[in-house]
Amino acid sequence: MAPPAKATSAPFHAQTVSLTLNGENKTLQVEPWTTLLDLLRHDLRLTGTKKGCDHGQCGACTVLIDGERMNSCLQLAIMQDGKAITTVEGLAGEGEDLHPMQAAFISHDAFQCGYCTPGQICSAVALVNEGRAKSRDDIREMMSGNICRCGAYPNIVDAIEEVLAEQQSGSRHLEAAE
Amino acid sequence: MNRFSYLRASDVGEVVSALKDAPAAKIIAGGTNLVDLMKYNVERPERLIDITHVEALQEIIEGENGSLRIGALVSNSALAYDARVTERFPLLSSALLAGATPQLRNAATVGGNINQRTRCYYFYDAGTPCNKREPGTGCPAKTGLNRIHAILGQSEACIATHPSDMCVAMAALEAVVHVTGPDGERDIPFADYHRLPGDTPQKDNTLLDGEVVTGITLPASSTQFSANYTYLKLRDRLSYAFALVSVAVALEKEGDTVKRARIALGGVAHKPWRRAEAEALFEGKAADSGLFARVADALIDGARGYEHNAFKIRMAREAIIRALEQASAGTPQSNIDKHIV
Ligand SMILES: Cc1cc2nc3c(=O)[nH]c(=O)nc-3n(C[C@H](O)[C@H](O)[C@H](O)COP(=O)(O)OP(=O)(O)OC[C@H]3O[C@@H](n4cnc5c(N)ncnc54)[C@H](O)[C@@H]3O)c2cc1C
Ligand code: SF4
Repeated sequence: MAPPAKATSAPFHAQTVSLTLNGENKTLQVEPWTTLLDLLRHDLRLTGTKKGCDHGQCGACTVLIDGERMNSCLQLAIMQDGKAITTVEGLAGEGEDLHPMQAAFISHDAFQCGYCTPGQICSAVALVNEGRAKSRDDIREMMSGNICRCGAYPNIVDAIEEVLAEQQSGSRHLEAAE
Repeated sequence: MNRFSYLRASDVGEVVSALKDAPAAKIIAGGTNLVDLMKYNVERPERLIDITHVEALQEIIEGENGSLRIGALVSNSALAYDARVTERFPLLSSALLAGATPQLRNAATVGGNINQRTRCYYFYDAGTPCNKREPGTGCPAKTGLNRIHAILGQSEACIATHPSDMCVAMAALEAVVHVTGPDGERDIPFADYHRLPGDTPQKDNTLLDGEVVTGITLPASSTQFSANYTYLKLRDRLSYAFALVSVAVALEKEGDTVKRARIALGGVAHKPWRRAEAEALFEGKAADSGLFARVADALIDGARGYEHNAFKIRMAREAIIRALEQASAGTPQSNIDKHIV
């Protein structure tokens, strides 16, 4: 069996992390064992991002890190130095009340209790940006990392399909204008 | 989670010396397995070595004749959608996309994927005995809940499976794992990377203490499998569930005959399961259902089930036959439309 661990001199202390959070630069003192989810909810009081299972199994904690969707419960905050984090609070663009995906979730009644919704919306925004989903079946498979216990799935897919269609016709307009 | 210190490494040399300085340190990459296990107190590192800033591990490098060397930090998503992978090694892309979710694949790395631990419930529960977690304490899975456990290659000490999908494809594609340690670099054929549990189930693989995985090479010879392949994964849900049984098939055909066949199984053993004797039955023969059944029987010969997983033996046999049909016909399993044809 392995010999008992040799103690290292490295201290268990907080370290400085600089990141961009919803477009704002932040410099924070972070303990190594703090997850990004706990940093957001507990230290920064951004409670839009939800803690569901806390083990990467439900998707309620989904945020965008450098534009890519990830489970913030499995990311250590200290490893986010230099990254750009976007949470549901930061999705709407300048002069917008709501991001088009948020508006589509409302108009399609794409939730019941709403607990999974911020994660669903962040995940859906990334799905549209990834540009790989073409069909309802694609959307369903590519949203499989977000569980909804109320079972609002059909309406969630409707909402995403609408934004996807708008975005595709929007980019066609842009191409035509060029 | 226990308290630990944190080091951000900037190159491979620094990772290796940090591992030497602190034997109870752990490398962290995507964090999707390690942070999960730390929350359950199954892993209690005294120091985390963050390798995500090591530039040399981030790239996919072109080798000769179509081979690719994939850096240990390439994400599972980046790898699955890389055009060179989808063209030359579509089996790998398919297996990656059958695993986990978009969020997890964005974070998960190649090096982390091959080093992920078993999903055995008892291994995860620090309140129960487990020979893999605490050698010598026993294996409650043998008489307990063992639906997700092994039917091939298991030992008295441990009946856990290796949970990765990616690794099943890597095994069939005969990838090579590159590692660096205190004594320099070495290459490990994929078949020798993971191991059977024997009486030391605490060791999942042959990586030595102090070594780091730097990358994996997909060999040029495996580009020949790009027309006839499939990754068929059977699980409790259609998405976002680990394999009960999965089959990776890579065939090189010439007309109706099979020149070369590589078959690996997931969800059934402590490592991706291959048997050269089963693959050899193919060589130069016409691909037909009689042959597929003989290959399946040879591949799982000696399988043994437990109270809750004996169904996997029949399931594996049928899945192998179906996967061979799919690969032979050039109609790989879709990851979107889950109907099995
Ligand atoms: C809910 C859930 C569902 C999942 N479903 C699936 C599935 O269906 N199929 C599947 O295949 N996987 C699945 N996974 C597992 C996932 O693929 C792994 O967690 C992931 O690949 C690990 O990669 P990582 O970079 O996050 O590793 P980390 O968590 O960073 O590390 C994992 C281990 O590897 C070690 N390590 C990391 N990099 C190196 C290196 N370069 N050299 C040496 N050691 C290293 C670490 O020390 C640690 O022990 C699932 C995970 C979750 C949480
Ligand atoms: S099967 Fe292996 S991992 Fe699971 S309880 Fe037994 S020894 Fe532990």
